[in-house]
Amino acid sequence: MSHQTAAPVEQQSSSNRASATLRRFLGSAAGRNIGLVIALLLLIIVGAATGGDRFTSISNVLTIVRLASVTGVLAIGMTFVIISGGIDLSVGSVLGLSSVVATLAAVQASAAAFWPLMIIIALAVGLAAGVINGIIIAYGNVVAFMATLAMLIAARGFAEILSNRTTQTVKVRGFLEFSDGNFLGVPTLVWIFILVSAAGWVLLNRTTFGRRTVAIGGNREAARLAGINVKRHIVYLYALCGLTAGIAGIMLTGRTTSGTSTHGTLYELDAIAAVVVGGTLLVGGRGTIVGTVLGILIFNVLTNIFTQNNLNTSVQAITKGAIIVIAVLIQQRFANRGVRKS
Amino acid sequence: MINDDHGSPLLEVRGITKSFAGVAALKGVDFSIVPGEVHCVLGQNGAGKSTLIKVLAGVHKPENGELLWLGESVTIADPTAALDLGIATMYQELDVVDGLTIAENIFLGHELSTGGVLKVREAHKRTRALLKRLGHGDLSPSREVGSLSPANKQIVSMARALSRDIRLIVMDEPSAVLDSEEVKNLFRVVKELTRDGIAVVYISHRLAEIREIGDRITVIKDGRTTASGLVVADTPTPKLIQLMTGRDVENVFPPAVPVADDAAEVLRVEGLSVKGVFDPVSFSVRAGEIFGLAGLVGSGRSEILETIYGAIRPSTGTVSVLGAPVRTGSVPTAVAAGIGLSPEERKSQGLILEQPIFRNVTLSSFARFARTGFLNEKLERSTARTQLESLELRPADPDRAVGLLSGGNQQKVMLARWLVHGTTVLLLDEPTRGVDVGARAEIYSLIRQLAAANTAIVIVSSEIEEVLGLADRVLVIAEGETLDIVAATDIDESGVLDLVMKGSAA
Repeated sequence: MSHQTAAPVEQQSSSNRASATLRRFLGSAAGRNIGLVIALLLLIIVGAATGGDRFTSISNVLTIVRLASVTGVLAIGMTFVIISGGIDLSVGSVLGLSSVVATLAAVQASAAAFWPLMIIIALAVGLAAGVINGIIIAYGNVVAFMATLAMLIAARGFAEILSNRTTQTVKVRGFLEFSDGNFLGVPTLVWIFILVSAAGWVLLNRTTFGRRTVAIGGNREAARLAGINVKRHIVYLYALCGLTAGIAGIMLTGRTTSGTSTHGTLYELDAIAAVVVGGTLLVGGRGTIVGTVLGILIFNVLTNIFTQNNLNTSVQAITKGAIIVIAVLIQQRFANRGVRKS
Repeated sequence: MINDDHGSPLLEVRGITKSFAGVAALKGVDFSIVPGEVHCVLGQNGAGKSTLIKVLAGVHKPENGELLWLGESVTIADPTAALDLGIATMYQELDVVDGLTIAENIFLGHELSTGGVLKVREAHKRTRALLKRLGHGDLSPSREVGSLSPANKQIVSMARALSRDIRLIVMDEPSAVLDSEEVKNLFRVVKELTRDGIAVVYISHRLAEIREIGDRITVIKDGRTTASGLVVADTPTPKLIQLMTGRDVENVFPPAVPVADDAAEVLRVEGLSVKGVFDPVSFSVRAGEIFGLAGLVGSGRSEILETIYGAIRPSTGTVSVLGAPVRTGSVPTAVAAGIGLSPEERKSQGLILEQPIFRNVTLSSFARFARTGFLNEKLERSTARTQLESLELRPADPDRAVGLLSGGNQQKVMLARWLVHGTTVLLLDEPTRGVDVGARAEIYSLIRQLAAANTAIVIVSSEIEEVLGLADRVLVIAEGETLDIVAATDIDESGVLDLVMKGSAA
């Protein structure tokens, strides 16, 4: 939404009015994000209390964000698709496929002279898969869930054939230096996540593209009657989501210095969970990039706390599940109440 | 007043036809619109007005016929093409996006931007100017449309039309959601537009409004123009009604059968209310009686039915059937007590369109057709067939998918469901919506027959005439407040509207 600024907090004599204002504020996009910030702060306090300096050290913070960055980029693209009322289950597979294509021997041979070629190839693969998804959904009138489920299965198979089910090691020095590098002390992967998030925020809140995405998710028929080419816009949306899968693919390739068909398995679910926990409605029409980023951070801080304290990963999975349910329950409370900032 | 002899037409519609899945919605529509006039299109529900609007808006493509824009033949391929010509449409179903702000809605599809980047401040400035022109300068451009009243959403819809460079604006029953003060405001805006040479196509079935605002009238009946370009001032009302309804106006409603004096009270509603939706309402319906709720859209009519049916939890009040209280807020309890509802939106709330008729008919009565959870389809089919035959649904094929049936036959399937269930209280919300005029008379006589078989019936309809024609007694409601309960013979359509208008103003 375009108004993420906090509602003005006024002095209210009557406690009734104050609570009404509070309710309205918590129902607004900014208010829901405040809730996420509080949740994140609580987790950080828990982390600091149990892990101490080990948790709060700059290197640990950078580790958290670096690990968060791959699913984070996926979640940004996913936010757009979900706001439009769709879903993209294929991003994890497309991530794997783009990592495989970018690390093929032939590609690496050409990339020896010009290492950004690997990045270009990965993005092109993601974009192409997204365009295919979008065309099937928009012009084939196939439900997004099924179309992208088919892509999930097919892209994985395609990646297995191309890679011969082997892990392809990255040998291009330029690319390895880039992806493992730092700028101002911050790892490249984190920079990419920051840039993609910022670009996503601008695209959603400040451009006609974002505005139309919200309109299509909120009332597709009204959007069509307003003269928006809904089908073409849907193709653009899945292309964008595929592009983020390509970006995530080259990021994971850099982080693991390898390309394999198993990269990104089940990442789509982490991305969807972060988007929904971040306050985007699964039925579409409402959602924020800030919320998605907070959702991603909450999950990754949680993982870090569990790892730092050598806790059972199964308990961690149960905790994540509980967080998703609680977040959705809270979301529905506010959605049903229909209290909106005016 | 315009002089149409000298105005060359802005838009000419010639012999337009359109059908959906073999059912003809438009069978030949002809009329022409000149700049600066208010051209009223009159017709009953189901006459084809909505389809006509959507043809002009580029939503539906006509099969035959021609559209001439400024004398030149045009095809309006999609909504963008219509808007590019200068035709804007205000739809009845309020085509706004709740999650966007007023400004965002107004400029949706033609956002003010440079290279894709929005010019928010400029959009807000222009929105403020538009709202002020429409007499609603108090609305903030950044307010979310979802929080607005239906009347204010209508304002947004109109502002959106005016935000474009338009020559023709189509208004589909714009007054339906407006109170009398807002209607005056609407007329002021319409007059301003026509003074600037913009043509207005005004759809309504309120004759009084047409007299006040219209220049010429085109009447549509059963998808055909029965009269085109009549000058409002020269056309008496009885003639319009005759053109709209055909000759046999008198015979549409079957004669009322007086309710027996000793008829038992079947449904009793006592002090029923839903906070913020409708105030406490009390009435009772006897066996064989048809009780009507008359009021405008949004007056709380449908919600009263849904509350009796248990779909909405009431804030106060009780419902009893045959003297026994029914626990409120639970549909299964209401159905078990013998209450059935044929909802307003049959397609989305009542029927499972992909499923065959018999499964739709038996949906509320599984207990009768199942042994330990296994359904006896043979019995389901034969029961459904018997019921369809008695309702004269042709062909009485229980295996046909409900989605393939006409509106009238879908309504019969709804009725069949409750007849099979053995319902004692039947709630009918808009029983003839989407039912063509021919099939209506049939539905009316079925409703009468059901009443004659001692069912207590409560009926809601947007067409006050329909409520008055069918019901024995009528409850008049405005903005959730019960204004009066009268015998249907003691009040006419204008009497109801008078009450409603006064009630809204209060």
